Amino acid sequence: MLDIQKINKTFNPGTINANHALKDLSLHLADGESVAVIGGNGAGKSTLLNAVAGVWSVDSGSIHLGGVDMTHLPEYKRAKYIGRVFQDPMMGTAGNMQIEENLALAARRGDPRGLRLGISKAERERFREMLRILDLGLENRLTDKAGLLSGGQRQALTLLMATLRKPQLLLLDEHTAALDPKTAAKVMEVTRTLVNQDRLTTLMITHNMRDAIEYGDRLLMMYNGHIVVDVSGEEKKNLTVPQLLNLFSQASGSDEVDDKLVLS
Amino acid sequence: MSFLASLLKMLPDAAAQGLIWGILAMGVFITYKLLDFSDLTVDGSICTGGAVAALLILNGVPVALAMVAAFCAGALAGLVTAILHTRMGIPPILSGILTQLALYSINLRIMGKSMLAVSVDKFQLLVSVRNQSASCLVALVFVAAIIGVLYWFFGTELGCAVRATGANANMSRAQGINTDTMKLVGLILSNGLVGLSGALYTQYLGSVTVNMGRGAIVIGLAAVIIGEVLLGKLFRNFALRLAGVVIGAILYYVVIALVIQLGLNTDDLKLFSAAFVALALYVPHWRMKYTGKSLQKGGKNHA
Ligand SMILES: Nc1ncnc2c1ncn2[C@@H]1O[C@H](COP(=O)(O)OP(=O)(O)OP(=O)(O)O)[C@@H](O)[C@H]1O
Ligand SMILES: [Mg+2]
Repeated sequence: MLDIQKINKTFNPGTINANHALKDLSLHLADGESVAVIGGNGAGKSTLLNAVAGVWSVDSGSIHLGGVDMTHLPEYKRAKYIGRVFQDPMMGTAGNMQIEENLALAARRGDPRGLRLGISKAERERFREMLRILDLGLENRLTDKAGLLSGGQRQALTLLMATLRKPQLLLLDEHTAALDPKTAAKVMEVTRTLVNQDRLTTLMITHNMRDAIEYGDRLLMMYNGHIVVDVSGEEKKNLTVPQLLNLFSQASGSDEVDDKLVLS
Repeated sequence: MSFLASLLKMLPDAAAQGLIWGILAMGVFITYKLLDFSDLTVDGSICTGGAVAALLILNGVPVALAMVAAFCAGALAGLVTAILHTRMGIPPILSGILTQLALYSINLRIMGKSMLAVSVDKFQLLVSVRNQSASCLVALVFVAAIIGVLYWFFGTELGCAVRATGANANMSRAQGINTDTMKLVGLILSNGLVGLSGALYTQYLGSVTVNMGRGAIVIGLAAVIIGEVLLGKLFRNFALRLAGVVIGAILYYVVIALVIQLGLNTDDLKLFSAAFVALALYVPHWRMKYTGKSLQKGGKNHA
């Protein structure tokens, strides 16, 4: 499904701020596989997701998704195949557009945009149904501006937008990190529902060890631009938080564990 | 009493000018509010529209056709700014300034001199300062038709994509929208309207000068902000918001008529306009700071 071959990315090359954020990184995801990604601050997790999404192009290496060479496709073209949710709840929706307008934009992901009506009656009903399933009380607020929603509601809406058109790959970048624990749990529940419903291939970054262990079929740990731990199957299912912390300090070659990791 | 009487006499003129500049202001609304792009092309493209229309009318082209050409000329100017920004990576304001500067020469080339006169005696002009009430009516028809078209357009898939680009470019790209193309569409449409407004204004005045557009962006912004500050609470619907912008332009011209009536030297008009717009721009900021309430904002995210 997703096939990443030896990608490299250096920010600010040739300056004293040069930062080799991805180093010969290779990764293969099978169809329908859901993967949690953990790692300390600055490990390169977001950079990996941005490389796949095409926010900028990589310096070398290649990225294929479903057999299509994505390496040189611009971000908006890759969006046809990829759904995304960001850490910042403001980033995934247009705050001064209506909830239904946001959804309608997402319903046309990958299609050329012409002079047909931006949103149809039938769509409205469909959106209402989908929002009802999410159970966030949004089904009667279709014409409210997305900016009026709480952070958790915005993330749930963004999730729905990312999966409205079944993507070949779903990228979640700490999408619950900005939420309070209760809301975060709710958004994780929505995530599970949507991912399981379509058996979506998913890459989810998280700082929450428990989420990382409980969620998905496979766990990756990144450190310094590399993938340093890659566990799946039974081995992953039986992991405990202390074991994971242990793996982390081994991989980073030090005892000092990221505060954020311990706290969660 | 004589003050009021003479003010009343100025009202039809103020209304006609306000309606014509209201078309420009709707163009500015598209870039400034919907696209979140401060486009200074306007100062040049309004004159380009006027110059193209005047030249064609003088050469016997039907007025309607001349208006279409003026729209296209303005749109072309918008296209240039869009290319400077999206293809060449030049910041929005600078892109607009570059086009505006280049247009000064181009406008002179189009006109052949610094002024072209089109007399309402010789040509079937749509509007003229000599018949202000009728001009108001014609301008009103234009405004209504444009509001109708824009209301439809910004409800289409393409129009929604343009609005999304201004509202959240990151999200737009993640939803497969080519944000560069959408900026291009917005700038073309906006400056097309500005060109059209220039063509009408040229007919209204009976002439076009190369300096016609100096400060046009300020008048456009004033209209957008007046419309929003005074009517934003009332006018939520998109068509009404556009109407609010046009009303803002009319109010601007009424205020100008008023201060001239009060004895403001016309040489000081630009100073007055700039100060007025600076003040109007300050209002939302002031409200945020002292009352904590923000206005309904269009595509702006002051961090
Ligand atoms: N756009 C950018 N420009 C310059 N440097 C960047 C950019 N994006 C990331 N970096 C740098 O690349 C490195 C990896 O950053 P990245 O955001 O991928 O980390 P992360 O693993 O997501 O960390 P966090 O847990 O803090 O989100 C960091 O050193 C960061 O400063
Ligand atoms: Mg990150």
